[in-house]
Amino acid sequence: MNQTAPDDPDQFAILATALTRRFGTLTAVDHIELQVAYGEIFGLLGANGAGKSTMIKMLTTLLPPTSGSAQVGGFDIIKSPGEVRRRIGYVSQLLSADGALTGFENLLLSARLYGLHGSESRSRIDDALNFMGLADSAKKLVKTYSGGMIRRLELAQAMLHRPAILFLDEPTIGLDPVARHTVWDRLLDLRHSYGMTVLITTHDMEEAEMLCDSLAILHAGKISVIGKPAELRSGLGDEATMDDVFAHYAGGSIHESGTFSDVAKTRRTAQRLG
Amino acid sequence: MQRLVRETAAIVEVELIKLIRDPTELISRAIQPLLWLVVFGQVLAQVRGIHTGQMSYLAFITPGILAQSILFSSIFYGIAIIWERDLGVVHKLLVSPAWRASLVFGKAIAAGFRGIVQTVVIYLIALAMHVSIRLDPLAILAVASSVMLGSGIFATFSLIIACIVKTRERFMGIGQVLTMPMFFASNAIYPLDIMPDWLRVVARLNPLTYLIDALRGLVINGGASVYGFAADFTIMIGVFVVLLFIAVKLYPSLAE
Ligand SMILES: Nc1ncnc2c1ncn2[C@@H]1O[C@H](COP(=O)(O)OP(=O)(O)OP(=O)(O)O)[C@@H](O)[C@H]1O
Ligand SMILES: [Mg+2]
Repeated sequence: MNQTAPDDPDQFAILATALTRRFGTLTAVDHIELQVAYGEIFGLLGANGAGKSTMIKMLTTLLPPTSGSAQVGGFDIIKSPGEVRRRIGYVSQLLSADGALTGFENLLLSARLYGLHGSESRSRIDDALNFMGLADSAKKLVKTYSGGMIRRLELAQAMLHRPAILFLDEPTIGLDPVARHTVWDRLLDLRHSYGMTVLITTHDMEEAEMLCDSLAILHAGKISVIGKPAELRSGLGDEATMDDVFAHYAGGSIHESGTFSDVAKTRRTAQRLG
Repeated sequence: MQRLVRETAAIVEVELIKLIRDPTELISRAIQPLLWLVVFGQVLAQVRGIHTGQMSYLAFITPGILAQSILFSSIFYGIAIIWERDLGVVHKLLVSPAWRASLVFGKAIAAGFRGIVQTVVIYLIALAMHVSIRLDPLAILAVASSVMLGSGIFATFSLIIACIVKTRERFMGIGQVLTMPMFFASNAIYPLDIMPDWLRVVARLNPLTYLIDALRGLVINGGASVYGFAADFTIMIGVFVVLLFIAVKLYPSLAE
């Protein structure tokens, strides 16, 4: 693969080529081709077990692909994982903020792991707390936070080092409508203020339509369709809603692709949030 | 190097904050050594069934019980790691550009500080029972280093097991199966010379034996190390380094 200069504006923020991951006999992600332009909010949709989290884990260097390759922020995820990590932020499907620490301590840990220190670290943390509306709760233990506050704290942690690309795995799962809208507002603001590229997974069609410039629907590890939300809707006829789009491309029933453990995992996340 | 120190310090600090905020685990871990020293140690000392030279039996087992308490608290460190994995904390650490070595080393050092707290507790119990403890600064410093090293070894070993088994249930099973044999196949509560040959061979391969050997020379007035401090520390450092290498390789698999 020829080496391209990092942060070249003509380049894609995310470029996946025949990206594949197997678990035993199961092919969770199957030869996926994906291009996401800088500055875009890109949605990855699909039923439980479609392969969304597996895809994100590969792009964030957490999981090695079985075959294929990908570049994130101009760097190869296998050859230069360190360079990729410096350029990305990630909020996992699980609630990863540490409940036994305060919001401030969680942010301080992130800052230090990203090599920020001194007054720069302090001012970034203050910025992030203000941006996410958490300044008043910074000194409280995270286990006393509501689900929406935890999600906003995690976004704050993920944005501290000003990543070019943010990966968000179902960031609004289990949140009430108000908390959900707050997270959406913060995301749109992040893109507006820092020009961040965002790759977000969801099974919520309202969220997809509201946030995403483009989206891909995954089914059993393959992309079944890719396009702008409005295009996808009009492609199915005048009356079509986003839910119709999902039902049409995501492979019908959840029973087909989602295993028990997938659903149990989702429920657990939702419970912790609730 | 500076980066390693900084990142390791970040991990250690977080662990210490959590430890100070919720010391219940430390307190409950103090009960077992109390039983061993006050009940087991005193009863066996009356029986005089185990020959420990001119050292009293209670003095003989004090370093053994200290090492045991370090072993038990460190070996279950893997549970906390698996817990962090289930919560997604591991994922957050691993997407950061921090060196994987810093993350693993930070955990080992944090375990060392827990070991130091255990040591203080056991010293207090032993002093209350009139065990003749060496309190000169050099001995205390050497004990602290041994305890840090021993805790680091067992915590890193535990982290490796956690990376392999990945679930709490399986870990609990393996943890139980490993700890008691490691304890009994060591010189903690009886000297190696009274062991059957096969057990002595196992004990000589057990890193716990060298930790206890060093502690026996460092904790007790008139105590002596059988293998010599140089051998004890060389073996412990060697084991620690090898375990760290394996742990650094395996730790990223926790996020998969
Ligand atoms: N570590 C793993 N080992 C074995 N199988 C796995 C592993 N991770 C994921 N899978 C399987 O791969 C498939 C895709 O899982 P993935 O988590 O990517 O789905 P998802 O689209 O994120 O689903 P959800 O909406 O439930 O989060 C599922 O069948 C899942 O059981
Ligand atoms: Mg998922």
